[in-house]
Amino acid sequence: MLRFAFNRLLQAIPVLLIVISATFFLVHSAPGGPFSADKAVPPEVIRALEAQYNLDQPLWQQYISYLGDVLQGDLGPSFKYSGRTVNELIAAGLPATAELAMYAMLVALIIGISAGVLAAMRPNTMQDYLPMSAAMLGICMPSFLLGPILVLVFGIHLEWLPVSGWGDIPGDKILPAITLGTGYAAYIARLSRGGMLEVLSQDYIRTARAKGLSEPLIIFKHALRGGLIPVVAFLGPAFAGLLGGSFVVETIFQIPGLGRFYVQAAFNRDYTMILGMTVFFATLIILFNLLSDMLALWLNPKLRQQAGGDS
Amino acid sequence: MDDLQVMEEQGSSLWRDAWIKLSKNYLALFGLGVIVLLCIVSLLTPWIAPYGYEEQDLMLGATAPSLQHWLGTDIFGRDMLTRIMYGGRVSLMVGFIATAVALVIGVLWGAIAGFVGGRVDAVMMRIVDIMYALPFMIFIVLLMVVFGRNILLLFLAIGAVEWLTMARIVRSQVMSLRKQEFVEAAYSLGLSQWTIIRRHIIPNTLGPVIVYTTLTIPSVMLLEAFLSFLGLGIQPPESSWGLLINYGVETMEEYPWLLIFPGVTLSLTLFALNFLGDGLRDALDPRTSKD
Repeated sequence: MLRFAFNRLLQAIPVLLIVISATFFLVHSAPGGPFSADKAVPPEVIRALEAQYNLDQPLWQQYISYLGDVLQGDLGPSFKYSGRTVNELIAAGLPATAELAMYAMLVALIIGISAGVLAAMRPNTMQDYLPMSAAMLGICMPSFLLGPILVLVFGIHLEWLPVSGWGDIPGDKILPAITLGTGYAAYIARLSRGGMLEVLSQDYIRTARAKGLSEPLIIFKHALRGGLIPVVAFLGPAFAGLLGGSFVVETIFQIPGLGRFYVQAAFNRDYTMILGMTVFFATLIILFNLLSDMLALWLNPKLRQQAGGDS
Repeated sequence: MDDLQVMEEQGSSLWRDAWIKLSKNYLALFGLGVIVLLCIVSLLTPWIAPYGYEEQDLMLGATAPSLQHWLGTDIFGRDMLTRIMYGGRVSLMVGFIATAVALVIGVLWGAIAGFVGGRVDAVMMRIVDIMYALPFMIFIVLLMVVFGRNILLLFLAIGAVEWLTMARIVRSQVMSLRKQEFVEAAYSLGLSQWTIIRRHIIPNTLGPVIVYTTLTIPSVMLLEAFLSFLGLGIQPPESSWGLLINYGVETMEEYPWLLIFPGVTLSLTLFALNFLGDGLRDALDPRTSKD
């Protein structure tokens, strides 16, 4: 188990290096420097600016010094907001994004697992079709459509909930969490239905039934643990998706989080900001993939043996 | 769907079976109908659209649906139905072309890896594994920023992201085909590897490939809409459903239909494609059926 984690961590290092290098050279190959778009600036000012951001050095030297900085956790200064570093901006945006992602994940897990388990208990009946059709609806209703519609209905017409903001008015976190969580709830519902169906047809469940255990006990004590493995394996990619989804949701609800900063940085062509945040996102996503793989391993003894044997 | 028809005439029973199964699945048939209708409408848009694409009526402004304008007009008095039809052309085009890019890369990659096997296979699949771990949404945004918002790049960027699963599916299919007798027979006849891949391996992987292609189109369209919504995808004067939804959101308080109609169109299309994909999966690829 530990060995597996260690191996995976080792494998993550070249992946991260590739991400950092690819992003770095991509950003530096962009046509037009970050300062060339501005109004006529005297050449000496541009030179001074370029010296300040090390842009006057050859590319490989910039690359080496950037790698060194990243290793020490320093993602460099922002081009756009002079005097602020990428680290500061990430620190400013992370709390809101993390909180939003957590609530959304909670919404997704609660709705998704209960719908999937309900459907798997009575396959091919109304109890199956209804939640699964709703899941299909959730998949085909992207967040940039669901969000505005929820705002229109619950914010503007019914006036039950605030239409935007984050932590200013009570209840303003509900709509963003639902908007971001719904799509994932739908995927989780399909995954947990599939997983539960497979587990419920196994011998040990039949034994449990034969022993006369009650249905809830069978589901909660015996079936869930095995049936939810696909869901656990999905958590890593889901987390990556939540970060991407937060671009839209944070824009719609005007939440001061990482996603909104990233989109703004994209519009401002704030290259160091984009570079730094991409490196940050990639690290996070690789870490979460690792965590969810290990969780799935811990839940499934068969896989555990295989992984132990391989490494 | 041309492929299906052609194969059927050759009397291949797999395709006939699949068609019979598919024709009993009403949701999938409904999906197929919607897609065919959308394609026809998109092709004919310049001739059947009720108004011109750029035709404005500033005096009229935004109006609710009426007999003259079935889906209403936007704030410049442009006919919504016309705009949705033209936007659909772009959305569908991105869906089909980017999927085609993904299809070509994925099938070739998977077929070569699965067929050559050994160390080449290990390296190629390792690359796929590594790319799976990358945050692609973020990369596409980055690409659009660095190289400007250009529709050709959009096709390539989305296609370059979506080929990974296709490569995996084709590889596993090819691995199992490679050991079968008719492939050995082809070898003993002295055919080159490339000919065997082209003539024998690729046609036999068509089933899963068709299924997965149908399921890739909606996710590609979603990606395009997502980018256009953020203002990083299709640029005006071009239009797409994602962009229309973006405009709709800005004015949804006063004119909700400007959000609702493009939204419903996009959702309905995604629905139809997903139903068709699920139906094709049940019909063509029984091993990976839903439950």
